[in-house]
Amino acid sequence: MSAKIATVAPSPEEQLVQVGLVRSIFRRVEIGALIGAVAVWLLFALVAPGNWLSVTGVARILDPASTLGIMAITVALLMIGGEFDLSTGVMTGTTGLVAGLLSTRLGWNLWPAMFVALVIALGIGYVNGMMVTRTGLPSFIVTLATFFVLRGANVGITRLVTEQVYVGGIDKTQGFDLARLIFNTGINVFGVEFRSSIIWWVVIAILASWVLLRTKYGSWIFAAGGDANAARNMGVPATRVKIALFMTTATAGWLVGMMNIVRLRSAVASQGIGQEFVYIIAATIGGCLLTGGYGSVIGASIGAIIFGMAQVGIVFAGWDTDWFYSFLGVMLLAAVLVNNYTRRRAQEISLAAAKARTEG
Amino acid sequence: MATRQPLLEVRNVSKMFGSVLALSNVSAKFYAGEVTCLLGDNGAGKSTLIKILSGVYQPTEGDYLFEGKKVVLNSPREALAMGIATVYQDLSLIPLMSVWRNFFLGAEPERRFGPIKGYDIGFAKQTVREVLGHMGIFIRDPDQPVGTMSGGERQSIAISRAIYFGAKVLILDEPTAALGVKQAGMVLHHIVRAKQRGLAVIFITHNPNHAWPVGDHFIILRRGRVLGDCRREEITQADLMNLMAGGEDLVKLQEELAALLEEPLEAVGEAPNVQEAGGAG
Repeated sequence: MSAKIATVAPSPEEQLVQVGLVRSIFRRVEIGALIGAVAVWLLFALVAPGNWLSVTGVARILDPASTLGIMAITVALLMIGGEFDLSTGVMTGTTGLVAGLLSTRLGWNLWPAMFVALVIALGIGYVNGMMVTRTGLPSFIVTLATFFVLRGANVGITRLVTEQVYVGGIDKTQGFDLARLIFNTGINVFGVEFRSSIIWWVVIAILASWVLLRTKYGSWIFAAGGDANAARNMGVPATRVKIALFMTTATAGWLVGMMNIVRLRSAVASQGIGQEFVYIIAATIGGCLLTGGYGSVIGASIGAIIFGMAQVGIVFAGWDTDWFYSFLGVMLLAAVLVNNYTRRRAQEISLAAAKARTEG
Repeated sequence: MATRQPLLEVRNVSKMFGSVLALSNVSAKFYAGEVTCLLGDNGAGKSTLIKILSGVYQPTEGDYLFEGKKVVLNSPREALAMGIATVYQDLSLIPLMSVWRNFFLGAEPERRFGPIKGYDIGFAKQTVREVLGHMGIFIRDPDQPVGTMSGGERQSIAISRAIYFGAKVLILDEPTAALGVKQAGMVLHHIVRAKQRGLAVIFITHNPNHAWPVGDHFIILRRGRVLGDCRREEITQADLMNLMAGGEDLVKLQEELAALLEEPLEAVGEAPNVQEAGGAG
């Protein structure tokens, strides 16, 4: 299949030139997030060293970071694939309500109820993907519509069935104990309770990063987001890739939805509203470009840790928690500026090298 | 010449878009080991013809023959599978992606890791370095994003990729259009190399200065028809230029421009008047 090619011999000196250390550091997608994480950690280590530097502190930070991280990872994959999903937050609510209503109202075992919730999530993800790829409308608009539809349905159906806006008593359903054990339980390490969702998060991060960087599907995701037409010209099924990514974010929404209901033993109709932006922000801090084709799963996970640190750190420092979101806004801007700067630096270094090559 | 079998041929091909006739009764033969230059002004039907050749469009009428056999191509993928590779001007590389990911996009080499398959990245990087090195492009770092490379280098990468994956026909859509002299020269080099390897090269351009040094065979399109179809030995560079520019049209244009210079300037109204005239019109 490969043609024999023999013309100019490559000059060995050129090939052996090593990539500079500075350049490879600047090249890291995650650099902005990493600098941000260190800065936030140092800030709270100085302001509230007592709690911050304890094992309890670490457990407290990783708790919100884990579920957020799971979402941010899949949102990052989707963003690299060139699309947005604003229905992710409300999806955690929808899936929780479906599983909760089926198990408490119809007396189902929790497992089939959770399975139905998963099927519904996959269906919604598929519809999102189809609408975006078929109509050519921006995914921002399509999934915003999905967000509002689900938001309304969450409250509407829940109130219709329960005459309240929450579904309680999920812990009394069959199969609850096993579900809790698997999805979200407390694990004692050094006498401190860590959530088992942290394990899910780490496993998903490793898996997603492997798929993105070490399989052909990863290349297809980058290509679909970088330039879908060019990707199609090269035989990449860009449409299928995008639909699969929408289904992945929906599945993550389902997983986090299940983690929430087994932990809280109830499902709330307003669950997850507003979180979709938090996931996008974490992915963006982690190096994802809003225009697609660029980003990192590990970066998104670091973005989630920054959130966890900010959320817990503000409490530890005794600050007014009202300011949490303002803090996040500043973090987002700072991280994106750093990302922007490092990306430009990396490109300038590459360009300079290219120029030196053509002219020399 | 007539006894040789063309590798690729279209016979009496027409293409309608609704009621618009984009190509009318076009026939052309493309031979292995030759560079066929497809010339024509904007709107001449060049891009319609190459889209038919590369499987993007199906002709409304006429036949498509590959290696002497009639075929119907339903997609660029099918064309590629037969060995007909098209390098679009700016449409086949992803700027933010690394050189090696781009090179193997859609045809990734894989390696087994126990029960699962992963991307054979080591092989990809090594191969890209070697293949491009042979083309005279030295990659310091295969991780370099393609977007940071020069236009000529990008075209060269796309061409070497098509050759590496065993193309028999190489369709190049205006590969020199946006390039400077030196960079265009680099691309012309690769065109000659591809021809030496026995590929049928179809080189689309509107620049006869780029076509003349490499072409064995020239087809000039105009308003969806074949205006001229000649082999190199049947034509001079001046003829080609003339055909390309539309011959008599060019002479007529020169006369018109000369006449324009003779005429006194028409009086142009003051600014308010112009506005009024604009409003009324």
